Amino acid sequence: MNQEKTIREPFLRVVKRAERSPRQVMLLRAEALVLSIIAGGVFILMLGHNPFEIYGTILSGAFRSKMAIQATVKIMIPLLISSLGVTLAFKMRFWNIGAEGQIIAGAICASYFALFHSGWNHWVLILVMFAAGVIGGGLWGLIPAIFKVKWGTNETLFTLMLNYIALHMVNFLRDGPWKDPGSQGFPKIARFDANAALDKVLGVQFGWIIALVLVALVYIYLKYTKQGYEISVVGESNHTAQYAGMKVKTIMLRTMFLSGAVAGVAGMVQATGSDITLTNAVAGGVGFTAIIVAWLGQLNPISITIISFLFSVLEKGSSVIQSTHGLSIDCADVLQAVILFFVLGCEFFIRYNFVMRKKGGAS
Amino acid sequence: MSQTANETYAIECKQITKTFGSVVANDKIDLKVRYGEILALLGENGSGKTTLMNMLSGIYHPDSGSIAIAGREVAINSPVDAMNLGIGMIHQHFKLVDVFSAMDNIVLGTKEKKIPPKVLKERILEISRSVGLEIDPEKRVYEMSVSEKQTVEILKVLYRNAQILILDEPTAVLTPQETEKLFAILRRMREQGCAIIIITHKLQEVLELSDRVTILWKGKSMDTVNTAETDARKLTELMVGRPISLSISRPDPVDPQTVMEIKDLQVKKPDGSRAIDKISFAVRTGEILGVAGVAGSGQKELCETIAGLISAESGHITFKGEEILGKTPAEIIKLGIRMGFVPEDRLGMGLVASMGMVDNMLLKSYQNGSGPFVDRGPARALAEKLVEDLEIVTPGVDTPVRLLSGGNVQKVLIGREIESNPAMLVTAYPVRGLDINSSYTIYDLLNEQKKNGVAVVFVGEDLDVLLELSDRILVLCHGRITGLVDARTATKEQIGLLMTDSHTDSGEVSA
Repeated sequence: MNQEKTIREPFLRVVKRAERSPRQVMLLRAEALVLSIIAGGVFILMLGHNPFEIYGTILSGAFRSKMAIQATVKIMIPLLISSLGVTLAFKMRFWNIGAEGQIIAGAICASYFALFHSGWNHWVLILVMFAAGVIGGGLWGLIPAIFKVKWGTNETLFTLMLNYIALHMVNFLRDGPWKDPGSQGFPKIARFDANAALDKVLGVQFGWIIALVLVALVYIYLKYTKQGYEISVVGESNHTAQYAGMKVKTIMLRTMFLSGAVAGVAGMVQATGSDITLTNAVAGGVGFTAIIVAWLGQLNPISITIISFLFSVLEKGSSVIQSTHGLSIDCADVLQAVILFFVLGCEFFIRYNFVMRKKGGAS
Repeated sequence: MSQTANETYAIECKQITKTFGSVVANDKIDLKVRYGEILALLGENGSGKTTLMNMLSGIYHPDSGSIAIAGREVAINSPVDAMNLGIGMIHQHFKLVDVFSAMDNIVLGTKEKKIPPKVLKERILEISRSVGLEIDPEKRVYEMSVSEKQTVEILKVLYRNAQILILDEPTAVLTPQETEKLFAILRRMREQGCAIIIITHKLQEVLELSDRVTILWKGKSMDTVNTAETDARKLTELMVGRPISLSISRPDPVDPQTVMEIKDLQVKKPDGSRAIDKISFAVRTGEILGVAGVAGSGQKELCETIAGLISAESGHITFKGEEILGKTPAEIIKLGIRMGFVPEDRLGMGLVASMGMVDNMLLKSYQNGSGPFVDRGPARALAEKLVEDLEIVTPGVDTPVRLLSGGNVQKVLIGREIESNPAMLVTAYPVRGLDINSSYTIYDLLNEQKKNGVAVVFVGEDLDVLLELSDRILVLCHGRITGLVDARTATKEQIGLLMTDSHTDSGEVSA
């Protein structure tokens, strides 16, 4: 025929494979985790440190004392709560990457009462701040949903942009209306009155109890309620939801309010429980890490709890290797990235395989 | 046939094996096609036809085995390689750019230098004349009918000098008359020495057109027979693996009563064009009303308007005298109207693909019962009952339905709709893509509903089936009713004419 050039098989091909069973998938993820620890170890070795020692320090750094454990839990609280928040939206395939902004919005609303109504009865104040966090975060989540429902805007961009608006609102309040008069010109918001701070249970602010209660609530909500069922159906297909007689728009608005509300609780808890003031670092990237945690946990609240715990251990432990081994904090970031790379990368192998060219293949 | 051993085949596949994980899609398949021959590839769904053709067109790569084109062993790594080897594939769903003209679509993707439009037009007309195709090279694709679009697809392949043509179910979207035309063209191409592979479900077409038939069964090549030496019965046996009765039963309707009346219904498509144009008809209990028409004649809109999924411009739909037009599915359910709807897009509309049977049973009834919680008990019982009654093959009632085969998916969907005790059941293409066994199960289920006094609407594409199964057939063309005929007396040709623009009289309105 008109074809003279010989065609060689490519060296490596990507082949789609049949779906793996859940057990195989779990095994694959475990393998990825082990591999990532080995790869991270090689990295540490290249820096001239003993990997076992470094890994040991990470673990002991997170657990060596009561205080260390408390610090680990403190890191975990906002991460876990906001992961639950984005889970609600993701289950509906609504790409809410605005947890960061929703955390801040919740924190701002709660801080208002902490700053200006600190004289109220302690428990009334806590309840009001909680409600303010819910409403603040919820409304911040509702805005992109309204625009999506009414005008079909892209929720990914919309939620992302709202993050920056929320962030700079804190800056505005810090530099202007809410500026601490006692700070001698240094722009910051005053420390909250002790009456407005969350109480401690077992040495940690009781936000951890709120987080665990939310895990149970979100789990039950998604799995056993009619509204949870609606979220799953809408997430799968709008057409199916309409076919089943569901009000898709209402469901979308309701779910995004809830998603933002839960993130808003994270902001309220972080500001009034851990920071005892409002800073522009109240979210501090937690809203983005929450996206990773939610997906790694397969949108299952129980798995999310475990994953966010592991993340917190890594973060707390990493801060310790910096002080004891003189490794820069960036090294810890590299280690985290290596682990993420492997664990997220293995998702590829759930659906695809590589096939090498056979020796002496067709030519 | 006596062939010399060293004859050069256009395509010679030897021992082709392709697995997807644990599923063996193709198991040591041998396939040979000569130049100047039409080979029909026959097989039930999941027998590996499409996988095999995708390997020839460079979409998949075989795990083992060899492919020789024109006598030379080759590796086909991409559709470009396939094109360079002279293999052209015409997919069931056309791959054309709507806003481009025919000639722009034809040259699209070729690596040659830009040719002046006049020269190009001449060249295309020349190619089309050589095989007897009629085409206006400057017409834009969005203005074309389905068969015109298919013509462009064929020309696309011919323009690239393809000597080997693969057609995947080319007649599914054509009227009988258009099908005839296509076959004439394919025969002419055969005379000119092309090798043609045609994938089809319709036995009549296989017998009419092909020289040889290769039958695949569960990923294996069962047999290759000369068309002249076989008949429909033998082919079916080879295809299904056992003898099977091919006739569809049609019990007489008992005491038909009008249950739904549609009057002057007008529906617009999202783009503003008219989907349904002033149609009126009645649906009666204990009767199967067939709906025929070329794909896209308004069937989808009609079904979805009846089900309350899309809104109409004007007109009335009354169910036992009660107006339901303008009501949402939820409101229709609240009125106590039990209407089952099996949509065309099973996994995208009728079912939730990633959920198991249990959660899919809940779809229309999850609101039942008070309180915020879903009661999965009855749904589980129903799912288990369906598995038993309809012999649904599934690893478990919680296995995601997308993992089931097409036939089983349809049984889950129809089963759920029937179990809701509907007074009326609307089914859109309920046997599309199903193998023969599953199709007959579906026909039996529909007949059973009919006997129970349910008003059944059956939107179909295979006229033979429509004529055998329905009591009356409604023919749609461009959103208008062009005929309402008695299926017991109507002929295929008569309906075929009503399906096209060409008829002048408005068809006999009988029954």
